Amino acid sequence: MDWGFIFERSFSAMIGPEVVVYAIAAVGLNVHFGYTGLMNFGQVGFMAAGAYGVGVTVYWLEWNFWIGILFSFVYVAVLALLLGLPTLRLRADYLSLVTIAASETIRLLARSRVMKPYTGGVEGVNQFAGPFYDLSPFELGKFYSFGPFKYLGRDVWVLVVGWTLLILITLMVRQLMRSPWGRTLRAIREDEDAARALGKNAYFFKMQSLLLGGMIGGVAGVIQVIQKASVQADTFNPVITFTIWTILIVGGPGRIWSPIVGSSIYWTLIVFIENTLRQLPPGVRSTLEDTVQLSDFNIAMLRFILVGLGLLLLARFRPQGIFGSREEMALDRR
Amino acid sequence: MPKRWSWQRWLLVGLVSAGVFGASPSAGAQVSDDLGVIGQLQYTDASGTKILVPGVDLSIDDVGGATTDKDGNFRIPVPGPGEYSITLDTTTLPEGVALRDAERSSLTAKVSPNGDQRIIFPLVTADTVVAASESNVSGRRIAQLTLEGIKLGLYLAMAAIGLSLIFGTTGLVNFAHAELITWGTLMAYFFNVYGLVGTFGFLSVLPAPFGGGVNFIFATLLATVMGGVLGYLLNRVVFRTSRNAGVSLLAQMVMTIGLSILLRYVFVYFFGSRYRVYLDYAAQRANSFWGLELTSRDATAMVASVIILVGVGIGLTKTRTGRAMRAVSDNKDLAESSGINVERVISQVWILGGALAALSGTFFGFDTVKWDIGARILLLVFAAVTLGGLGTSFGALVGAIIVGIAINWSTLVIDTELKNMTALIVLILALLLRPQGILGKKQRIG
Repeated sequence: MDWGFIFERSFSAMIGPEVVVYAIAAVGLNVHFGYTGLMNFGQVGFMAAGAYGVGVTVYWLEWNFWIGILFSFVYVAVLALLLGLPTLRLRADYLSLVTIAASETIRLLARSRVMKPYTGGVEGVNQFAGPFYDLSPFELGKFYSFGPFKYLGRDVWVLVVGWTLLILITLMVRQLMRSPWGRTLRAIREDEDAARALGKNAYFFKMQSLLLGGMIGGVAGVIQVIQKASVQADTFNPVITFTIWTILIVGGPGRIWSPIVGSSIYWTLIVFIENTLRQLPPGVRSTLEDTVQLSDFNIAMLRFILVGLGLLLLARFRPQGIFGSREEMALDRR
Repeated sequence: MPKRWSWQRWLLVGLVSAGVFGASPSAGAQVSDDLGVIGQLQYTDASGTKILVPGVDLSIDDVGGATTDKDGNFRIPVPGPGEYSITLDTTTLPEGVALRDAERSSLTAKVSPNGDQRIIFPLVTADTVVAASESNVSGRRIAQLTLEGIKLGLYLAMAAIGLSLIFGTTGLVNFAHAELITWGTLMAYFFNVYGLVGTFGFLSVLPAPFGGGVNFIFATLLATVMGGVLGYLLNRVVFRTSRNAGVSLLAQMVMTIGLSILLRYVFVYFFGSRYRVYLDYAAQRANSFWGLELTSRDATAMVASVIILVGVGIGLTKTRTGRAMRAVSDNKDLAESSGINVERVISQVWILGGALAALSGTFFGFDTVKWDIGARILLLVFAAVTLGGLGTSFGALVGAIIVGIAINWSTLVIDTELKNMTALIVLILALLLRPQGILGKKQRIG
């Protein structure tokens, strides 16, 4: 086994592009769930809306990539209104039903034959991120190493932009949550009736929270498709939403840095486990394949099994997260 | 290579060279002819005649492509063992012929070092896929769609009633219900193919009902029992302990999601992502009656569903256990203070819900057995339950039938591929116009 390789991969995963994408999406979910108590089970739908804002603009309208980013926000806003209007007056679980249903429907719609002229269908949209990489000060095809981290030049550029955005968004959310507006959100999370009795229009505030968190999710979607250099419907699988939930609960919902901490822990762990299993000595590996069917495909499935198990156990035994505090705990409300 | 080969040109190729290798220019010199992906494209027309499909382009990215010869055969040579994704170019299919499952124009073939790997693209004539090309809205077609809708609705209803009862008695939206459905499909498959204990490889040598597969009807019964067992265990091990520990409902809801993902990916881990079919009743020709078409398999399943749903209805209204379930759904505290053992009722509801979901899963698996079959229809179940009224058992039945018919009717105006979107529209409309559902009560929603 090549421990050097495994550790190099794990270290690089600690702050890699996936960490940035999932952390930004988790910041959005944190606004929804952590601060407002909205049960959004379709964050990946907002990511997809953001991604297709770029994809459709470049592919169908053949407009500039940068205009596409503006469209991302429009798409996300439309989606948030569509999901929020019917559900935010109702009990918390109706939003979860509609969001999980919508996020899957968006994926099916985007990959369908009917939408192929607009979204590229199953093949999706490729080679659109040129304008972004043209600005890169790094050589795209060259490896850069610093300390234990090692990335391709194009990823370094994604990381520089991504981390900058992530920090800026996190600081913005922190300021917002310290403002009277943010305190109202938290009041709604703790006791919606009390907030209403004090004259706050809870519906209106929840809608704003859904919009803000959705927009942040859209940014995550845009960064993801820029990094992958392709917009593909099937990368927006509903299970991503719950990976983000796991990340948020690991870090602790309602805490400002928890998305970053959770995302980093999650990806380091997953990359370490997967690479270790792939690098097992052939004898051990074949024994495991015969006894517990540990094929390459199943190693890839293992991460989702861990997500499910993690979510189940965290929600049961430690809903405030590993680092969270019980005071900022939306799951304790009822 | 031209996209569409004319019939004459085709025949010429068929006569001159029996093979198709000449027609695959991208199969370069580095490709050894030893291994390949092979297959034959064919479908059965309305009169039951097998028809071979020539002139269809298939390709493997970065490896090569082929066109089917006059017998519908194709072979794409591959450089070595491994997994290849074969794509069928649906635009080259003859007029009126389509893939049975339009989403599956790409299949994965695992080529072993031993030789060619056969792969099957199931084809149907378009009029059996609810006449995609038939744009005129005829009375016969609406009747056929309604029949299909009722079929879907009946299957959905069995899954929906359990979900609704669990919500009614515990207040919990069970997102893992999809996996209870899949569990039923997979159990029926395993009993049907491997028999009672044959899943454990070393026991597969035992004689038929134990080692070999058991009859599908028996397998369905066993799967239903296994559904009840899983339902009971989930409640006993996971959710009863959580309720006793005072875990909030929202946290329990997140737990059901975690459970759903856990089970789904445990299924794919052991079952694989390959699509399979039951041993019995896999493909049947539709029977015609009064101008409508229905396979006898589906007819039997529909009759069985009706009997079971009526039975559940009678059970809920007439028996002591059923009335206790409805009482707990209606008002838990009142039920408890009038001497009903609520935990016992909840346990019974989970068993009933799990069994019904598993049974619906065995019926949903008729076309293909998939590891995520439940997750694919979860949206439909949610729409049915919400439309009927979350927490009401008869509402779930009404909602399921309406959703089933609405989805099939929607294919009159939208592409068949997008028909499940109708469920989302139904869901959103129901929440906008009547959030408590058709049979629900207002105080539940706020």
